[in-house]
Amino acid sequence: MAEAYKGVMAYSEDKENLLELLSKGREIADQLQAEVSAVLLGEKVEANVEELAAYGADKVYLVENPNLKGLLAEACAEALHAVVSQAKPEILLMSASKRGKELAPRLAERLGTGCVTECVALNVEEGQLRMKRIVLGGKVTSTHTIGGRPIIATIPPRMFEKKRVEGRKAEAVKVEAEISPSKVEIVEAKPKAVAGVRIEEAPVVVCGGRGLKQKEDFKLLEELAEVLGGQVGCTRPIAADRGWFTEWVGLSGKKVQPALYIAVGISGAIQHVAGIRGSKIVVSINKDPEAPIFADSDYGIVGDLYKVVPALTEALRKALKK
Amino acid sequence: MVDIIVCAKYAWDVAEIKIDPSGKPVLEGVPRRISDIDKNAMEAAVNLKEKHGGTIKALCFGPASAKDGLKELLAMGADEAYVVEDPSGGMLDTAATVEALAAAIQKMGSFDLILCGEATTDGYTGQVGPRLAGKLGIPQVTYARSLSLEDGSVVAERDLEDAYITVKVSMPALVSVTREINVPRIPSLMAILKASKKPMTTWKLEDLGLSKEKLEEVSTLKTVKLEGFAVERKRLIIKEKPVEEAVQELVSNLLKEKVLGV
Ligand SMILES: Cc1cc2nc3c(=O)[nH]c(=O)nc-3n(C[C@H](O)[C@H](O)[C@H](O)COP(=O)(O)OP(=O)(O)OC[C@H]3O[C@@H](n4cnc5c(N)ncnc54)[C@H](O)[C@@H]3O)c2cc1C
Ligand SMILES: Nc1ncnc2c1ncn2[C@@H]1O[C@H](COP(=O)(O)O)[C@@H](O)[C@H]1O
Repeated sequence: MAEAYKGVMAYSEDKENLLELLSKGREIADQLQAEVSAVLLGEKVEANVEELAAYGADKVYLVENPNLKGLLAEACAEALHAVVSQAKPEILLMSASKRGKELAPRLAERLGTGCVTECVALNVEEGQLRMKRIVLGGKVTSTHTIGGRPIIATIPPRMFEKKRVEGRKAEAVKVEAEISPSKVEIVEAKPKAVAGVRIEEAPVVVCGGRGLKQKEDFKLLEELAEVLGGQVGCTRPIAADRGWFTEWVGLSGKKVQPALYIAVGISGAIQHVAGIRGSKIVVSINKDPEAPIFADSDYGIVGDLYKVVPALTEALRKALKK
Repeated sequence: MVDIIVCAKYAWDVAEIKIDPSGKPVLEGVPRRISDIDKNAMEAAVNLKEKHGGTIKALCFGPASAKDGLKELLAMGADEAYVVEDPSGGMLDTAATVEALAAAIQKMGSFDLILCGEATTDGYTGQVGPRLAGKLGIPQVTYARSLSLEDGSVVAERDLEDAYITVKVSMPALVSVTREINVPRIPSLMAILKASKKPMTTWKLEDLGLSKEKLEEVSTLKTVKLEGFAVERKRLIIKEKPVEEAVQELVSNLLKEKVLGV
């Protein structure tokens, strides 16, 4: 049964992410000597086939259906089921955005296959796809294979770079799918203010935790970040409980890999540390000498952040002559 | 009246996992507890029951010892608890877990709402909720940071990366909650004593018309490697020095590391 499935398919509701998945898919497909396809779903879809081709697609499957309005998981799973049944890809790459993470398992269940969520590495070994992810609160990585078909893997946005190659062509294929109207009704959508610069790409990240008493105090971190040419981030409770920011760093948030990461008033829960593993140097400032963050730091200062941070900003300003 | 099933995993306590010198995680002797966010799901269920009446059943696919964890959910306010014993020692994938949970749910009778956590603290796949909803053919609402019932429908605010989205859906439905939805109660001694008298049912796979072989067939995910992150940080921590001095020392170290002004 497995032999009938061939090629790599990519789907993401986010256009940038789709290009990243296609580029990664191209790399995998070249090793497997197979084709790459992209899927676009929507109430109405406009495909820039040339662009998708430039990032690696040989085929572009389009599903247009009024019931795909709002791209709810139930409807998208039905649409992708139809596409997969027709195209029979061996591997399906999807986004590990929250939308992707709720869609992929629902689809996997429908197709009776396995799924690995939030892959941090994908490799082909002896003709088999190996998928690596972070488990056990961020202390361990596990590497998996899947026996079912298609193999479904979700990948966080910005995990892999997109690569453009000129002179490629792709064919567009329309797929008719029966899609039931969703029982889920969208009552209200409140967009979040999205940060300008991506924290994943910042060379220096200064992160604040619950040690900061009020939102205004993040000004201290912004000044420090500015001297260093970096970005400010925070822990999950600061964003998700207090709502001071829209995104956070960690296992369930952004994974950062700056040259310098500074944790301010952060205890160092493993779920937070899981997001900073790729940092070259980790510095922490915490008033509690027993805070777990110190065990995951290269340098640390035990002290009150309200005293240490301004002093550090000043000292750096002098050292860097700013 | 609303009849709720809360799915809860008896997960490894990840804070207690050590990495051995060869880089392998040591799971032996690591204690288990109900996965953090599943307690938020339980609290959400109790809040709904307090307002609308009904029943709450807690359900776990896991080791026989999961009974110890489920007692906490009974003390929080579940009326009944069910364990489906996993004969594999936790080696099965989410497809197999869902096969077992779905069979148990069918046997438990009718329900209005299934509540899950957004993801478990140990496996952290976030797959079980959406898979279960798919398997049962019911709508799913994931990442709910608020949850209420209005005229027999579920209303929830979903927390997505780019927006908060309020949705409404008829029951039966499955909702997965975030850890920000509430603060799980800590049961009183009275509640704990009372909980010991509440019904706890243990099922073997055979009681549900399943078998270990059947679940192994469904479980197509293989784990080929587990590697611990080696701790390679320098851990040079400056204590008990005047702020100016501590900061100077840090700056000169960072200059040596060549991570400034890049
Ligand atoms: C499944 C799951 C996923 C999660 N995902 C994430 C994630 O992606 N990211 C994340 O961050 N968390 C995540 N969490 C939450 C995580 O477990 C912790 O609860 C959280 O990281 C703690 O945030 P914190 O360090 O800001 O707060 P706290 O743990 O409260 O720490 C505050 C620290 O500030 C110090 N402090 C206080 N005052 C001062 C002062 N004046 N000067 C200096 N130091 C001071 C204290 O000593 C303390 O160490 C997750 C949890 C679960 C269960
Ligand atoms: N073994 C299990 N028994 C009962 N519920 C589970 C089990 N595993 C996962 N769940 C539920 O599914 C959610 C997501 O789990 P996971 O897919 O493992 O991240 C959890 O928060 C639980 O509500």
